[in-house]
Amino acid sequence: MASDQPNSYRAGPDDEGRFGIYGGRFVAETLMPLILDLEAAYQAARKDPAYAAEMTHLWRHYAGRPSPLYFAERLTEHFGGAKIYFKRDELNHTGSHKINNVLGQILLARRMGKTRVIAETGAGQHGVATATACARFGLKCVVFMGAADVERQSPNVFRMKLLGAEVRPVTAGRGTLKDAMNEALRDWVTNVADTFYCIGTAAGPHPYPSMVRDFQSIIGLETREQMLEREGRLPDTLVACIGGGSNAIGLFHPFLDDPRVKIIGVEAGGKGLEGSEHAASLTGGRPGVLHGNRTYLLQDADGQILEGHSISAGLDYPGVGPEHAWLHDKKRVDYVAVTDKEALEAFQLCSLKEGIIPAFEPAHALAHVAKIAPSLPKDHLLVMNLCGRGDKDVFAAAKHLGWEMGQ
Amino acid sequence: MSRIQARFEALAAEGRAGFVSFVMAGDPDYDASLALIKALPGAGVDILEIGMPFTDPMADGPTIQAAGIRALKGGQTLVKTLEMVRALRVENAETPVVLMGYYNPIFSYGAARFLEDAKAAGVDGLIVVDLPPEEDAELCLPARAAGLDFIRLATPTTDEKRLPKVAANTSGFIYYVSIAGVTGAAVPKPAEVRAAVKRLREGTGLPVAVGFGVRTPETAAALAKHADAVIVGSAIVKAIEDNLTLKGTPRAGFLKKVTAVAAALAEAARKARAA
Repeated sequence: MASDQPNSYRAGPDDEGRFGIYGGRFVAETLMPLILDLEAAYQAARKDPAYAAEMTHLWRHYAGRPSPLYFAERLTEHFGGAKIYFKRDELNHTGSHKINNVLGQILLARRMGKTRVIAETGAGQHGVATATACARFGLKCVVFMGAADVERQSPNVFRMKLLGAEVRPVTAGRGTLKDAMNEALRDWVTNVADTFYCIGTAAGPHPYPSMVRDFQSIIGLETREQMLEREGRLPDTLVACIGGGSNAIGLFHPFLDDPRVKIIGVEAGGKGLEGSEHAASLTGGRPGVLHGNRTYLLQDADGQILEGHSISAGLDYPGVGPEHAWLHDKKRVDYVAVTDKEALEAFQLCSLKEGIIPAFEPAHALAHVAKIAPSLPKDHLLVMNLCGRGDKDVFAAAKHLGWEMGQ
Repeated sequence: MSRIQARFEALAAEGRAGFVSFVMAGDPDYDASLALIKALPGAGVDILEIGMPFTDPMADGPTIQAAGIRALKGGQTLVKTLEMVRALRVENAETPVVLMGYYNPIFSYGAARFLEDAKAAGVDGLIVVDLPPEEDAELCLPARAAGLDFIRLATPTTDEKRLPKVAANTSGFIYYVSIAGVTGAAVPKPAEVRAAVKRLREGTGLPVAVGFGVRTPETAAALAKHADAVIVGSAIVKAIEDNLTLKGTPRAGFLKKVTAVAAALAEAARKARAA
């Protein structure tokens, strides 16, 4: 009998870089030869055992992988239902999952003989990770960051400068991640010969979405192994937050073909989905083309891109990686949204109950866990990706909570 | 024969380069923009390139980004841009019109419906920056089938290996982006442009228009010696910006001053080969 469901959810993308109708290579002609070169270089690197060995070595000795799979005992008790595990990617060097991908891309940049690296950043986590790897390998690094984000993530701006990167504030638009990505693309069009564009999420023109996913899949691969070791079986539910969706696809991808594993992606619902003050492109947008790929976007009736809103600078993006768009249509992954307020509550709860201050981004994932965990049975194994630590967010959190911070 | 092809044949017969102007539809508002578009052919413009504003123009520099924002703030939409072309066609049946922009507003409008409406409005060609040959099935092939030219950008990164791919489904003319960069950035080098134009003309059999970075009559004249047409965008859009009030409305003499800037550039391009 014919089925419209694929044999595997892990086969994409096709040769054109598509996941169903999503993905693709919607870029200016100036960039086409560059992304074709990148694709060829990545395919060659994947087949080279020396590349894999170098990655593994750096992941282990520089980034600190594998990250622990931690049983969050007090939160489990607090919610009184599912057994909650955190995949502790916030313990990586630089404080988030971003370093997994950056090391892969920087090694590739070196193989391609590129001497200058550019990146866009929202919360600053990807910018810090890129600046870190560039410092480690002596590459020139320029990070584009929305002016509004420079303001709300100032600790990360200083870290990038310490690491020798140049941070260029972007004032176009509302000065957030979308605008930073536009400016990075404009820089790339201008500096084609020596520059490598290190994209921070599983979005952009092919091959970025699948390449970034491949690098981030270490999260899911480790989780699988660790859970089998701890519990002797696969988890029942996976939960991760979604901006562009790189930490989520990294956790999800190795489990997509295990039909008994329920998978949930949590978008930033901002001030609520009923208005336009949110960044939930899957649950509140429709398909369109931006930044090199077709995916779900926040847009008006004329196809103009809307500015998202989220308390989290890392989720404040009007699009999402194309593989998530496809998984949404295929209903393999459930996408939900939580509000700023719910995320802020989870941020505090995690700090109080587990002694872990999470970033605002995974606080969204935890806010959804708080909704579903209490009604799940006690033997239900739930893994949440704790993809970033909250040091960068303490100033913003203090402001939201009405706490006066001294200078 | 398409209006674009007819225009390039006439230019060849006259032995001069053509002048292509770019303005953003709806900049700073619908009425002022339409009046300007209607006046440009009289100022020496051979082909009208009209921008379809988009919030995220990733190949454009600050000048044209600002024009798009002004137009969107003024309430411009793709529907209104097509309406503008219809209004132009009431009094101008000859000047070729090329719409330039990004894919998302077209995708949102519906590609098939857009092509039908654009053709009916009197549009002759399309330039869609973020649709490379790899995505030809999206709009390029249906546009050709609908009788619209699909004009492709060739860039300094378009090498011998890449050129056949770029040329394959292109029609009307080739738009040579004379610098690696965004619109209105660096100044192109005439000697390099000359070699590129020759290579592109031989490689595609199409007329070659050169744009990006042409700001002065001198540069326009230098490039017009080699190219089949010269395209100027940022310099004219800058003249629009310079003739707005602080509130963003057209100042007294707006139309006259902006067309004068276009006329000076057109004159330089048209007379270059006679000089």
